[in-house]
Amino acid sequence: MIKREWIHAWLLLAPALLLLFAFTHLPAVQTVFDSFWSTPRGRRPAVFVGLDNYQRMLADPIFIKAMVNNAIYALITIPASIALALSMALFVSGKIRGRGTLRMAYFTPTVLPLIAVANIWLFFYLPGFGLFDQIRGLFGFGPINWVGQPTTALYAITAVTIWNQAGFFMIFFLAALQTIPESLREAAALEGASRWTIFWRITWPLIMPTTLFVSVNATINAFRMVDHVFIMTQGGPNNASILLLYYIYDQGFRFWDTAYAATLTVVMVAILCVVGIGQFFLLDRRVHYR
Amino acid sequence: MTTTALAQDRSSSVSLSSRLETDRILFVVGAWALALVWLLPLLYAVWTAVHPSAYETRFDLLAPLTLDNFVQAWNAAPFARYFLNTILLVTMILVAQLVLCTLAGFAFARLEFPGKNFLFTLVLLQLLVMPDILIVRNYATMSALGLVDTILAIGLPYFASGFAIFLLRQTFKTIPKELDEAARIEGCSLLGLMWRVYVPLAKPTMLAFGLVSVSHHWNNFIWPLIITSSAETRPLTVGLSIFATTDSGVQWSIINAATLITSGPLLIGFLLFQRQFVQSFMRAGIK
Repeated sequence: MIKREWIHAWLLLAPALLLLFAFTHLPAVQTVFDSFWSTPRGRRPAVFVGLDNYQRMLADPIFIKAMVNNAIYALITIPASIALALSMALFVSGKIRGRGTLRMAYFTPTVLPLIAVANIWLFFYLPGFGLFDQIRGLFGFGPINWVGQPTTALYAITAVTIWNQAGFFMIFFLAALQTIPESLREAAALEGASRWTIFWRITWPLIMPTTLFVSVNATINAFRMVDHVFIMTQGGPNNASILLLYYIYDQGFRFWDTAYAATLTVVMVAILCVVGIGQFFLLDRRVHYR
Repeated sequence: MTTTALAQDRSSSVSLSSRLETDRILFVVGAWALALVWLLPLLYAVWTAVHPSAYETRFDLLAPLTLDNFVQAWNAAPFARYFLNTILLVTMILVAQLVLCTLAGFAFARLEFPGKNFLFTLVLLQLLVMPDILIVRNYATMSALGLVDTILAIGLPYFASGFAIFLLRQTFKTIPKELDEAARIEGCSLLGLMWRVYVPLAKPTMLAFGLVSVSHHWNNFIWPLIITSSAETRPLTVGLSIFATTDSGVQWSIINAATLITSGPLLIGFLLFQRQFVQSFMRAGIK
C-alpha cells in the first residue's frame, strides 16, 4: 500500500524533475566541469587544463571591469528600486484621488519588454535631441552623449533597470501594507504623530520581511537583467558598461570560447548561491515558506 | 523610546493642523510627479510613433497625426511571423508548465515518499539558479538534441518551473484533506481526484501564475536570441532587436512604432485587466 503511493509520487514527479535536471541541475554541474577543460576548437578536442581558466579570469581586466560594474549596478539598483517601490506603495495604499491611475502608471513599465523600452530610452538619451539634453539645453548646458561616453554609460543603463522593476516591487509592498492593521496608524495619528514618525515607528518595522524578500529579488535581478545592454551600449564604450551576464554571452556566443564562458558562469552561479544562503539566514522562513 | 518621541511630537502640536495640510499636499504632489516621470517614456514613444518623423523632437500640439510609422515598421520586418512565433511560444510554455507542475506540485503537497524534502529543495534551487544563466551549457544540449533554431528549444528549459511547482504545492496544501478522502471513498483514482478536486480549486493560482508566465516569456530575450537564427523561429523581442540595430538608417519614429507594436498586446491586456494583473502578481509573489 505504502509502496504504491511512492510509485505514484515518483511517476507524477518524473516529467517535471527530468526537465528540471536536464536544463538546470545537470548544466550547472557540467559547467563546473567545463571550466577545468579547454575549449574544443576544430579538430582539437578539449584537454584538461586544471585551474588555467580561473587564472586567466583573474588576470582578465575585462572580467574585473564586469565585476566592478556589476557591483556598482547592484549597489545602485537595489536600494533605489526598494526606496521607489516603497514610496509608490505608500502613495497608492492610502486615500488619494486617482489611485487607480497612479497604480497603473507605476506598474506599466513592468509589463513592457526590457528590450523594447531600451529603444525608447535610447531615444531619451540621444545627444542634443533627446529629452535629457533638451531639458539641459533649457538651462544652457551643452549636449552629452549619455550612452556613448564611458563616464555615464553604466548609469544610463542603471536608470532603465530601476524604472523597469520598481513598479513590480511596489506590488509586494502594497500587499504588505494591507496587512498592517489600520487601528495602529489611527492610534498614532490621534497621538499627533506625523506621517514620517508613523512610517519609521510602525510601517517600516512591520514590513521588514517584505523588504528583505524584495532585496533578494532585486539582487538576483542585478545579475540577470541585462537585456537592455544589448540595445543601448553592447557593454561599451570600451567595456564601460559591461556586466557579468553580458560578458558570458560575449565569450560564449561571440568568441565561442565556451570553456571560458563556463568559468564565468561558475562565478555567476557562486554569487547566486551566496545570495540564496543569505536569504536562508536572513528571512524568517515561516514568512515566505509557510 | 516611543513615548518620549510621541511626547516631543505632542509638544509641537501647536501648528499641527497646518503641518498636516502641507504634509498632505507634498504627498499628493510627490505621487503625481513620480507617476508622470514613470509614464513619460511611454508617452514619448506614443507621441513620436503617431506623428511624422519631422516632429520627433519638436513638441507641437497641432502636429499632424499619422499611422504611417506603424505601417512602415510592420512592412519593414516580418512582424506577423514574429507575433505568431511569440504566441506559439508563450502558449506552449504555459500549457507545459501547468500540466507538469500540477502533477509535481500535487505529489509534493499530498503524497509521502522517500526523498521528498531533498527533491523539493532541488526544485527550490531553480528559483535561484535559473536556466537564463546556464545559456552556454544549455545551448550545447540543444545542439546535441538537434533542436537549435526551433521554437521548442526556446521553451523547453522553462517547462519545469520551480516557481510554479512551489506555488501549486502551497495552494494544494490549503485544500482540506477531507475532500480527497471523500472522493477516494467514491472510487476516484489519483488522477481523477487531482482533476476533479484539486485543479478546480487551484484555478485562481493558475490564472495568477499564467499572467506572470506569459508576460515573462513574452518579454524574454537572451535565450531566444542565442537559440534562434531565422525569422521562422524568432520571437518578437529578438525580431525587434535585430530591426532596431541592423539598419542604422531607420528613423526613430518607426523604431518607436515597432516598439509599441511589440509590447502592444501585453500593454493593452494589462490596461484592460489591470486589477486582475496586479492581484495576480501580488498573489504569485506572496504565496
